[in-house]
Amino acid sequence: MNQAIASPSYNEDVVKKFVIAAAFWGIVGFLVGVVIAFQLAYPVLNLDLEWTSFGRLRPVHTSAVIFAFGGNILIGSSLYIVQRTSRVTLFGGPALANMVFWGYQIFIVMAALGYVLGVTQGKEYAEPEWYVDLWLTVIWVMYLVVFAGTLITRKESHIYVANWFFLAFIITVAMLHLGNNVALPVSWFGAKSYIAWAGVRDAMTQWWYGHNAVGFFLTAGFLGMMYYYIPKQAERPVYSYRLSVIHFWAITFLYIWAGPHHLHYTALPDWAQTLGMTFSIMLWMPSWGGMINGIMTLSGAWDKLRTDPVLRFLVTSVGFYGMSTFEGPLMSIKVVNSLSHYTDWTIGHVHSGALGWNALVSFGALYFLVPKLWNRERLYSLRLVNLHFWFATLGIVLYITAMWISGIMQGLMWRTYDTLGFLQYSFIETVEAMHPYYVIRALGGVLFLIGALIMVYNLWMTAKGKTRNEAPIALAPSASSAGN
Amino acid sequence: MQSLLERNVILLSIAILVTVSIGGLVQIVPLYTIENTIEKVDGMRPYTPLEQAGRNIYIREGCYLCHSQMIRPFRDEAERYGHYSLAAESMYDHPFQWGSKRTGPDLARVGGKYSNEWHTEHLIDPRAVVPESIMPGYPFMATTPLNFDDAGEHLKTLRAVGVPYSDDQIANALADLKTQATGENGDGDVEGLKNRYPNVPLGDFDGNPDQLTEMDALVAYLQMLGTLVDFSSVDAKSIER
Repeated sequence: MNQAIASPSYNEDVVKKFVIAAAFWGIVGFLVGVVIAFQLAYPVLNLDLEWTSFGRLRPVHTSAVIFAFGGNILIGSSLYIVQRTSRVTLFGGPALANMVFWGYQIFIVMAALGYVLGVTQGKEYAEPEWYVDLWLTVIWVMYLVVFAGTLITRKESHIYVANWFFLAFIITVAMLHLGNNVALPVSWFGAKSYIAWAGVRDAMTQWWYGHNAVGFFLTAGFLGMMYYYIPKQAERPVYSYRLSVIHFWAITFLYIWAGPHHLHYTALPDWAQTLGMTFSIMLWMPSWGGMINGIMTLSGAWDKLRTDPVLRFLVTSVGFYGMSTFEGPLMSIKVVNSLSHYTDWTIGHVHSGALGWNALVSFGALYFLVPKLWNRERLYSLRLVNLHFWFATLGIVLYITAMWISGIMQGLMWRTYDTLGFLQYSFIETVEAMHPYYVIRALGGVLFLIGALIMVYNLWMTAKGKTRNEAPIALAPSASSAGN
Repeated sequence: MQSLLERNVILLSIAILVTVSIGGLVQIVPLYTIENTIEKVDGMRPYTPLEQAGRNIYIREGCYLCHSQMIRPFRDEAERYGHYSLAAESMYDHPFQWGSKRTGPDLARVGGKYSNEWHTEHLIDPRAVVPESIMPGYPFMATTPLNFDDAGEHLKTLRAVGVPYSDDQIANALADLKTQATGENGDGDVEGLKNRYPNVPLGDFDGNPDQLTEMDALVAYLQMLGTLVDFSSVDAKSIER
């Protein structure tokens, strides 16, 4: 159609770069995650060296998976999608787009090098020091110019729904980044700075930032991906336009308020905690609005789930999104939070969202993009996609169930009293009890990593133009057994 | 309305920015304007240069990723860790280190609970003191000289972001740093240090008087955590918000 004729003028080169970077950083991030998971089970793996201890590697893991893997697939997808839904090439030409790409990679490398060498602001998910923050600000403005400029020059009368979400993601992340990172360097030639905010005010600002990094980086941006890839892969229109309008504005308004649920029962004033809890519970509805809109897009095409493992990745991710956006409001209720806070339950919750939602939808996006960008008829192997799916899903299930058990168990052990009215367990006894679950969690991570390596192999072969000689994934169970 | 926004990038961007600004403004601005957000208690003082150096090491090593510094008002936490944390106790913390995870125990009131020797041994090899511990070892700290010669610059920067360091404290920053780590045995101005920083823990923290190491600084920091506010003089009414 139109697209096929117009496609040669799109800037696909920069999208290719983002795709390669996403796959690369994904492996790095998962690998470091596996390493630090094993460190918690076997502390000798910290090696007693300053560069390899859990405290320095953990930010490498979180930044690599969120900002490097997630960021690259997100920016790459947004640049791919905005061109096709606007029917114009990127604003600012290839040079500006390439500056965004390389500038973003330099940001990642500067941040990660800093962590390993002990350069950090000490604020979760906002660890990069002032000079890295400034660099990212410049790159982010360039990204906004490319994205919004492309929208302004579009040849479609309406802005497609995916682009609303990308725009909200870019603008809000800019606001959060600037607000949370106001810092004064000790010297213009040194890495160390002191953040402008202190104590309870810094805590509130940090979780205003931190929770909305989840809300706008990992949710709004990824919903933008969902709104393009699922309709495309299912070859069905988005289920409900009206629902997308309502849940877009509801999410944009409500998410920002949810930060204080990270600070329940702390020295943050009660009124702020109550506001945080209330809005977190309200968020459940627009979150599920998005899930319903994504999943119901398959109306009339459910059979494709059986034969199209790429679609299965995309739809399962939305299922996980629904699950973790139910669990989140639950954990934001103060009485539940009194048990879950400070425990592994939180870690499990984060990973059901990060692995189940963000990573699976990203894998779906990579499987969608690579054959198109490298002009291949199809992926190298759909059966390998299927294999990846099961490795990833099994890994996630092991991970989150282990963390549920260890988290709830630890929370309960901390508050258990014996019959004489003394605390039953010393702290170290609760640490000891975690060991088997830390091992299971690490094994879940290994499975997830193996799945991702299978994907990289599959994408590599696809880009090289190979196709695996294999039986197609059968249409019906009977045919499948006959085929095998 | 939506059909207009959907066709105009600038209007859509403005609408998004306004929508996402409201929640943050409502939750953050009052923390600066409502007076009792930070309780009025006696005893809080800025960190000494040595403690601040130790705090920077605590941040550098990512200790906050496994240790909280925020005791919640529950019976079990009170028995395990002590009085629940007040907002006033972190009023000079740039950044705050309340943490979000307790892979290890809370440290908000760890000061004075263990000896300097225990802390040093424990940081060098946690499993030598607590066999079941899963904490990383930090043997290098005991041998790495403390690099905080620009202590005065650090205090000046902190003053610029709101910590009330006096000119006297800034001028004596480096001397105070050394005096705290040598204590009565050194030739430093101990009285001056005590005047500038009430309740300052003194002494050779890492058991090695020949060298001022990162271990000295970190242990000095750990030993003052939660010790400043005198809770015997605090009644529930006075910290009610």
